[in-house]
Amino acid sequence: MKRIFGNNPRVVVQGITGNQGKLHTEAMLKYGTKVVAGTTPGKRGQTVHGVPVYDTVAEAAEEQGANTSIVFVPARFAPAAVLDAISAGMETIVVITEMIPQKDAIDFVDKADKKGIVIVGPNTPGAIAPPKKAKVGIMPDHVFRAGNVGIVSRSGTLTYEIASHLSSARLGQSLCVGIGGDPIVGLDFITVLDMFEADEETKAVVLIGEVGGVAEEMAARYISESKYPKPVVAYIAGRSVPSGKRMGHAGAIIMGSEGTAKSKIDALTNAGVPVAERPSEIAALVRTRLRI
Amino acid sequence: MKLFEFEAKQILRKCGLATPRGGVASSPGEAVAIAKELGTPVVLKAQILVAGRGKAGGIKFADDAEAAGKVAAGLIGTSIKGCRVDKLLVEEKLDISEQFYASVTIDRQARRYVALASADGGVDIEQVAAESSAAIARHRIDPSAGFSQSEAEWLVERIPKISQHMLKSVREKKVDRYLKTDVSAFGSVLAALFCLATEYDAELVEINPLAKVASGEFVAADARIILDDNALFRHPEFSDRGLSRADDSPREAEARRQDLTYVDLSGDIGIVGNGAGLVMATMDLIRLHGGEPANFLDIGGGAQAEVINKGLTLVMSKPEVKAVLVNVLGGITRCDEVARGVIEALNGTGTKKPIAVRMMGTNEKEGTAMLQQAGVTVYADMETAANEIMRLKERQAA
Repeated sequence: MKRIFGNNPRVVVQGITGNQGKLHTEAMLKYGTKVVAGTTPGKRGQTVHGVPVYDTVAEAAEEQGANTSIVFVPARFAPAAVLDAISAGMETIVVITEMIPQKDAIDFVDKADKKGIVIVGPNTPGAIAPPKKAKVGIMPDHVFRAGNVGIVSRSGTLTYEIASHLSSARLGQSLCVGIGGDPIVGLDFITVLDMFEADEETKAVVLIGEVGGVAEEMAARYISESKYPKPVVAYIAGRSVPSGKRMGHAGAIIMGSEGTAKSKIDALTNAGVPVAERPSEIAALVRTRLRI
Repeated sequence: MKLFEFEAKQILRKCGLATPRGGVASSPGEAVAIAKELGTPVVLKAQILVAGRGKAGGIKFADDAEAAGKVAAGLIGTSIKGCRVDKLLVEEKLDISEQFYASVTIDRQARRYVALASADGGVDIEQVAAESSAAIARHRIDPSAGFSQSEAEWLVERIPKISQHMLKSVREKKVDRYLKTDVSAFGSVLAALFCLATEYDAELVEINPLAKVASGEFVAADARIILDDNALFRHPEFSDRGLSRADDSPREAEARRQDLTYVDLSGDIGIVGNGAGLVMATMDLIRLHGGEPANFLDIGGGAQAEVINKGLTLVMSKPEVKAVLVNVLGGITRCDEVARGVIEALNGTGTKKPIAVRMMGTNEKEGTAMLQQAGVTVYADMETAANEIMRLKERQAA
């Protein structure tokens, strides 16, 4: 069973001395995440917001007990950074970096898989578990509150939009995972659905998809065939997207007849998953399904 | 980034694959010269990046050089499916005995490269797949192991039409020497396509049809290559071209030069937002309110005023745009920066087109106050903002 946060996530920030690394190290510390180390090759001995900097993830693991990494390294160097985290035996690696070549992503996802390491992303806002006060990501934490709804999503700001609706409706969240907007990502909806199934705190699941690929269709089939035990509601972005045009996310492209919003909505609806027409309808759907 | 057929074939040749003899012509005179040099009947193919080129009249045949000149004159400078024809690929007409299909692409679900092979070449492969997915054999390639010649041949032998044929020859106890040669040749093509895909960071390399010609050789009659945009930095020979793409609209080309993530759409409501998913959701919402989005524009995370200004100016200046909806969810993007960018764009363009802004999150109060002072109404939720922009558009039209 794959997990994103173990019982005691100790985070190393790769690329901690860059602007994004610094900014989000501070935000994660403020939220309550245990950020125990950072890395930037050649900058060992420095500190960022009181966090010691090392050259490699292996040093951060040995000296500070880091077991989870978050990567802010620019795309050209990110694959090497991820491989560094894999060889240092991190349990979870959150890859924030966008625009990583697909060939490199195929390679590091495969290597991580073979070692049982979870890759979140690339091109993800990360993951946040409000009840644990743990955030390994870049999301604005004020829209989240602790509760029992799990969110799994391919999009960042759309997740914040829906989380903020849920929070205002007093439907807090147990764990929110951005699987990433790239064509090649380490997690699929099904793996995260399994995590939610095993997590006692999660009582309902919100699945946020978008055009491109068939991940939502596969999730729908899984929900139906496995008789998924928890209520799932969904939102799919891109009903108005024409074929063949890439919509910002490298993964958001309809190829021929594959990847349309209609195909995803139909598959989910047939699997008994209600699909909201608008982000603002999600909270009410969750409430109905939870009968609260 | 899509490559033209002639560019794709150059790459195939570099990787040792056979393509028809020929050359690229930009004028009827050049087409005549190439056809003369070939000394055979020729095919003239418009070099454009849209699918369905053949049916739209972009592929023509000529028996000799003189006829080739006439055909070229009738193609160059015309527009096919909205694309201007500047170049023709003039090639020897092949004597095709059988048409196959070969490609290597990325299987998102399996997170691997996948090689596809079929005996039904020369037609749209999606159509083949829709009619019978069994007509296509596929092999997902383990990235740490690669794709060997023997694996490629094994894939070819799993193409139903070929395996049935092989089974028949085994039953009839005759050694089909020619078939074995074919399997080996087809396999070499597939193995080469995988090398090419990884070497050039291609999302797709496709040969359709892969033609078996009278001599028994396998020749790439047509070829498509799509490169991974995010890997262009490793391929300097294409990275410059990345900025002026043949399939961009003029406004998309301008956006690309300005480093904006922009796509032209056909409606009249301009859209500016942060995050691809949120922008798509905003477009969808406009449609639910009876409108049509004019574009997709994602200003990304943590955008500065300058980026908002550039983006909004680009959208406002599109003649078809009647009104603009800005939808920003602040996090690392600050609402005061967004407000500054919006005000700069409104002042810079002097536009009278209505605008509605939805902002929430970091520095929301400051940003809202700035916009209100500038006479722009700010909404706290996207539903109201979408409703409002439709109302403002109607009022403007009245």
